[in-house]
Amino acid sequence: MKEFSNRYIFIFSSVMVIVVATLLSLAATLLQPRQLKNLELEKKKSMLESIGVPSTRETTENLYDKFINESFVLNSKGDVVDSVEAFGVVLRVEQRKPLEQQYMPVFKAASEKGDKLTILPVQGTGLWGPIFGYVSVESDMNTIYGVTFDHTGETPGLGAEINTTSFESMFPGKKLYEADKFVSIGVIKGGAKPDDVHGVDAISGGTITSKGLEKMLQDCIVKYDDYLLKNRN
Amino acid sequence: MFSARNLKLLTGPIGKDNPITIQVLGICSALAVTAKLEPAIVMALSVTMVIAVSNVVVAAMRKFIPDRIRIIVQLVVIATMVILVDQFLKAYAFDVSKQLSVFVGLIITNCIIMGRLEAFAMANKPWPAFIDGLGNGAGYGIILIVVAFFREFLGSGTIFGYPVMEKLGLYSIGYENNGMMILPPMALIIVGLIIWYQRSKDKTLIENK
Repeated sequence: MKEFSNRYIFIFSSVMVIVVATLLSLAATLLQPRQLKNLELEKKKSMLESIGVPSTRETTENLYDKFINESFVLNSKGDVVDSVEAFGVVLRVEQRKPLEQQYMPVFKAASEKGDKLTILPVQGTGLWGPIFGYVSVESDMNTIYGVTFDHTGETPGLGAEINTTSFESMFPGKKLYEADKFVSIGVIKGGAKPDDVHGVDAISGGTITSKGLEKMLQDCIVKYDDYLLKNRN
Repeated sequence: MFSARNLKLLTGPIGKDNPITIQVLGICSALAVTAKLEPAIVMALSVTMVIAVSNVVVAAMRKFIPDRIRIIVQLVVIATMVILVDQFLKAYAFDVSKQLSVFVGLIITNCIIMGRLEAFAMANKPWPAFIDGLGNGAGYGIILIVVAFFREFLGSGTIFGYPVMEKLGLYSIGYENNGMMILPPMALIIVGLIIWYQRSKDKTLIENK
């Protein structure tokens, strides 16, 4: 291989860096609108899933408008804040603020049978990165109607199992409260007892993700405690 | 175009010159993505594409790449390809990109790709380099898929998510999934078994003491 001068090496690397940078920023800018749209659709799709309405890329928008009829934001005292739009609230950002300044979005929906449902977003940490999802509760503000979870980087076959139907289907019917006391849902290693209304089975090989999910449910839903108790019927 | 030499570039890595079982490269991702068949297949395809294209790019530039910074140049080429793939998946195949999540980014660190660029593309023309990339991607992919098949089948009792064991009615007679199979160490053991099998079939692969 022939020897190159230092001058050549400098020019070569500068040109390479400029070409690559241009290419990548071009790709990022051109693709961004589509990527953001995907994220928005994904969010709507997850919410629909938590109330048991499956949707595809094409139908998400319409179904969302049909089933999810109201959304608002609560502050830490459980009062409605009018100035903030619920769909735009990013929980990850909220959780970094002090509790008194956090906004907590609530989405109201109707199930296919006409039951009034409340959808609460949750956000936590798994093994490798964030885990998140939506929990829908029935009008008694206690019984779970459905859940959907997702993650960005949990291991396929292990922690990533949190977004499978077999895991999510254990949640409906479980209770968040014991009388007036918030107890949340436990993710129990070795399997929850069949009559346990506050527990589901953990995922084998996904212990840290399971623990993270349990903590996520506890930490996020307890913030709605006042609101849930007040709006029981 | 498809001379005997070129064909050998394609078939060699699938068998006697396999990047995983013979050169023992790319083991890390073989452990990570093989708990299920589907991500294993998408990963195999993505890696094949990245090797083939980076091989061509580096082979085309090989006469202009200064020797002293060649590793950096190779890395930049690979990283650019991977980021482009990732961005396109996010925009046009959102579900696939969600499933692969971090593993797409990890293709950058796949030793097989660097190995092929350094060992082959730097000294060959683009066309053979392209074939070499396809061959090595295929060799890597086949092992990934075999490992993923056994891990998903024995560990979760499913194939492509279809509950085979349940349909066969094995659970009702007391069969249980082997939880060990879904843990990463079992991937290493399965790769070990494949290496053992391959060497027992082909004695020329065994090193002389």
